[in-house]
Amino acid sequence: MNLHSLTAHALLDLFKSGKASSKEAYEAVLGRIKAVDPKVKAYVHMAHAQPGYAGDFQIPIAIKDNLCTKGEEITCASRILKGFRSPYDAGVIERIKKSGGTILGIVNMDEFAFGSSCETSCYGPTFNPWNLQCVPGGSSGGSAAAVAADEAMWALGSDTGGSIRQPASFCGIVGLKPTYGRVSRYGLIAFASSLDQIGPLTKDVRDCALLMNIIAGYDERDSTSVNEPVPDYTKALVNDVRGLKIGIPKEAFVEGLDPEVRRSVEDAIDLLKKQGAIIKEVSLPHTPYAVATYYIVATAEASSNLARFDGVRYGLRAQPAKVRKNALIDMYEETRSLGFGDEAKRRIMLGTYALSSGYYDAYYLRGQKVRTLIKNDLDEVFKDCDVIMTPTSPTVSFKVGEKVSDPLSMYLSDIYTIPANLAGIPAISVPCGFSKSGLPIGLQLMGKAFDEEMLLRVSYTYEQNTEWHLKKPKL
Amino acid sequence: MSQFETVIGLEVHLQLSTKSKIFCSCANQYGCAPNTNVCPVCLGLPGTLPVLNHQALLYGIKVGLALNAEINSFIKFDRKNYYYPDLPKGYQISQFDFPVAKNGYLKIKSGKEEKRIGITRAHLEEDAGKLVHDTSNSCSLADFNRTGTPLIEIVTEPDLRSPQEAYDYLNTLKLTLQYLGVSDCDMEKGSLRCDANVSIRPIGQTSLGTKTELKNMNSFRAVKTALEYEVRRHEQVITAGGKIVQETLLWDDEKAQTQTMRSKEQAHDYRYFPDPDLVPFTIDYKVIDGVRAELPELPQAKFLRFLSQYGLSEYDANILVADHGMADFFEAAVKEYPQGKKIANWLAGPVLMELNNRKAAINELKLTPKDLVTLIAKVEDGVVSNLVGKEVLTFMLDEGKGADDIIKEKGLAQVSDDSALLVIIDEVIAQNPAVVEQIKSGKSNTVGFLVGQAMKRSGGRANPKKLNELITRRITGA
Amino acid sequence: MSISKEDVKYIAALARIDVPEDKLEGFTKSLGGIVQYVEQLQKLDVSNVKPTSHAVPVGNVLRSDVVKPSLISKEALVFKVPLIIE
Repeated sequence: MNLHSLTAHALLDLFKSGKASSKEAYEAVLGRIKAVDPKVKAYVHMAHAQPGYAGDFQIPIAIKDNLCTKGEEITCASRILKGFRSPYDAGVIERIKKSGGTILGIVNMDEFAFGSSCETSCYGPTFNPWNLQCVPGGSSGGSAAAVAADEAMWALGSDTGGSIRQPASFCGIVGLKPTYGRVSRYGLIAFASSLDQIGPLTKDVRDCALLMNIIAGYDERDSTSVNEPVPDYTKALVNDVRGLKIGIPKEAFVEGLDPEVRRSVEDAIDLLKKQGAIIKEVSLPHTPYAVATYYIVATAEASSNLARFDGVRYGLRAQPAKVRKNALIDMYEETRSLGFGDEAKRRIMLGTYALSSGYYDAYYLRGQKVRTLIKNDLDEVFKDCDVIMTPTSPTVSFKVGEKVSDPLSMYLSDIYTIPANLAGIPAISVPCGFSKSGLPIGLQLMGKAFDEEMLLRVSYTYEQNTEWHLKKPKL
Repeated sequence: MSQFETVIGLEVHLQLSTKSKIFCSCANQYGCAPNTNVCPVCLGLPGTLPVLNHQALLYGIKVGLALNAEINSFIKFDRKNYYYPDLPKGYQISQFDFPVAKNGYLKIKSGKEEKRIGITRAHLEEDAGKLVHDTSNSCSLADFNRTGTPLIEIVTEPDLRSPQEAYDYLNTLKLTLQYLGVSDCDMEKGSLRCDANVSIRPIGQTSLGTKTELKNMNSFRAVKTALEYEVRRHEQVITAGGKIVQETLLWDDEKAQTQTMRSKEQAHDYRYFPDPDLVPFTIDYKVIDGVRAELPELPQAKFLRFLSQYGLSEYDANILVADHGMADFFEAAVKEYPQGKKIANWLAGPVLMELNNRKAAINELKLTPKDLVTLIAKVEDGVVSNLVGKEVLTFMLDEGKGADDIIKEKGLAQVSDDSALLVIIDEVIAQNPAVVEQIKSGKSNTVGFLVGQAMKRSGGRANPKKLNELITRRITGA
Repeated sequence: MSISKEDVKYIAALARIDVPEDKLEGFTKSLGGIVQYVEQLQKLDVSNVKPTSHAVPVGNVLRSDVVKPSLISKEALVFKVPLIIE
């Protein structure tokens, strides 16, 4: 029996019956990492602290490189944070540690989560376990690849415009972006504060519910954290969608959507219909504007969030050789120019532009207003639907290097995932098929705010009636 | 007479004396070793988030109400983006379009005239750190202890018409803020800081001239001097046909001149936007009423009440009200001894002198209101003279003892005993025959001279009334 | 609205990023492309729409004024920068 290939809940059953120990599980996963990570390159580095083997959930977990973990170097895969050792634990890390979870290591991502392919990392790309020439998606590409390659039982990622769901879809696993405020952002190195949310990447829907039970909940250190009771998410795992209303937005099935992805999603719709769900065509007329809105709002917030990386207190610090403007400005500019990659620079500049004098109203303010329109569309549909279903991504994974030179086409791959972030609602991606080339396809379900349970119920039902989630890549 | 009118607006930054900082739980404390009073939040470490201090918000509302301002029912926080090594996040959390208070005023007295100075707005924000410049090692060092200290910035309308008016406004504002108990208002420690905007325009013109912004004034006196300097400079430049450049200038107190600021960029593009890490706040009338109910009596109201309730002179009332501790002391003393005017005289006279000599505040003295009124009663009862009473006060403060003990120990009680006084009087009469003759011839006002002489001999302890009586009787036999 | 090299220089300076001459063209082009794409938002009528800063409405989150010990280690922290002449 390969312990590393199990789900967390299967492993917990073995722990309970005494058929396996948490130490054995940990060592099995370490062995797996040693064997396959040289090919996948999911990990940035392994954790320094040895596991304690105490608590209920001694499940080996991988942590995205933007979640502050005490004593670990946390860099957002950016040169500018090289050497930054976090002196504190993020809210979610505290919860993981309290549950007994074993932190395996820190996994790769797009620099500052700016990307959908994991290629903008200063550590180099992570590769898709299903095809090592392809990207794992992004920005939580390391998290998704690690779980898909059995290099971790489960992983934490963050999602600003699809950064959990799109890599989950590319790697054939489950990824959930919770409702904004459901999980504490304290200790998540911010990309866009009003959109960021931490969430689980897991091998199946039950694990997703289990990990949500650990990480969800109020944190007084995060003003945007919501003080609502947290349900036991495993109670939502029922194989029954009879009478549930599933909205299919007509705007989702338009040009740019890969026919193979389309077919898989249509098959999924049919399956749920057969299971007794009511399928309704709905309209989200403003969603075609979501990508444009997102790239204003998110980059504006990012331009400000990333201002603290200035070389004064931590991370990289350039020592300019000669004076250009003045010693201080030279230090700032050289540090930031050496420290940030081109995509980070591009987004910082775009966001700076959107907020700058004379452009604020036309860009940032207008973006926030269109955001309202997009949210209103969703609110309207949710008046008469339990979930909304779309593909997670318009395409399957693509070759490493294929889109790096065309930022806009990369941005457009987030077209289905962005609306949930703009509206703050939860959304999940579950495996729903494979392309002829053998690459996974993901199905996205969006739900009402704080109704993660509905997403889990529908996706669990789907999973119970399919076998996509049981397929493993050959490595 | 100048052909120009001066237009001044002031921005006062006030540190609020909450227990903890505005967005984190570090102590709000002055004087710690560099970078020891910091945490991940105020150091702006990656991943940290701000949460607003409730007390800071309540203090903000309190200041707004004291400045007769409207409290916004909806407020939010915004980021002001700029780079400077004392600003850990690369932005300052401040308030842009929905500040805690707006459209207020403060009444000031400039000379005899009362004037309303408009308050445009008062907003909450976080203080930055401090930079220490080490020229010998050619570096600057950042200390982030001050980072995150709650500030309220109080911005006036351009309503001030002279440096003196600016000075008067600042004193009135400071007094009001001290009464509120929201800050120690200590300029030396930097808990109160003031920047000034100044411009001039030909008398009669309604549009504003080009302004300059003055920074780095470390006292109200310096604000006044800097404004006077800058007004003169504007007049000279404009009279000579030149133009004022809009810029920020630093006041150099030693050289007594302003100079251009080199370090910060002049073109500001702060890119304000709502801070997504903080949520908006709705301030309902119950909260406002709650704060209003806690407002102390403010200086102007107290002044008027002191006039009417105790019949004090404007002079005495002013002195008492100008020091919150003094005013409280006064009222506590009146409760013990219902002689308001007498107590006010003592406080505004001998006690104030002692305070000045000792450079102390009234609550730092070893003197309770009860101690003071005991002493006053002794003087009123003739146990000691007014003069000796002042001496007793000094001893009381030095030794921390009550009036009774001091008078007894030092033997300072007035001598009213006839026989003892007559010995002295006889000596004085013997030594001043000419004066005695004058008195005999009807010039009774020269008695005072002999009283003075006798008082001197008694070491100030003789009862002057008694002396007068006895001398007159001795000489005229009346 | 298009974006010029001068615009890029201005925003780069505001963002404290040094864009060397040989990269100016590239950034101007890619930023220009994105700005052009984003232009589509100008088509929408948003005159009566309120902006959304927080998708999930939360308000009045306050912390009691209580001092808690800092989590930073007690070793002296020194932060040096190039000498600033005010």
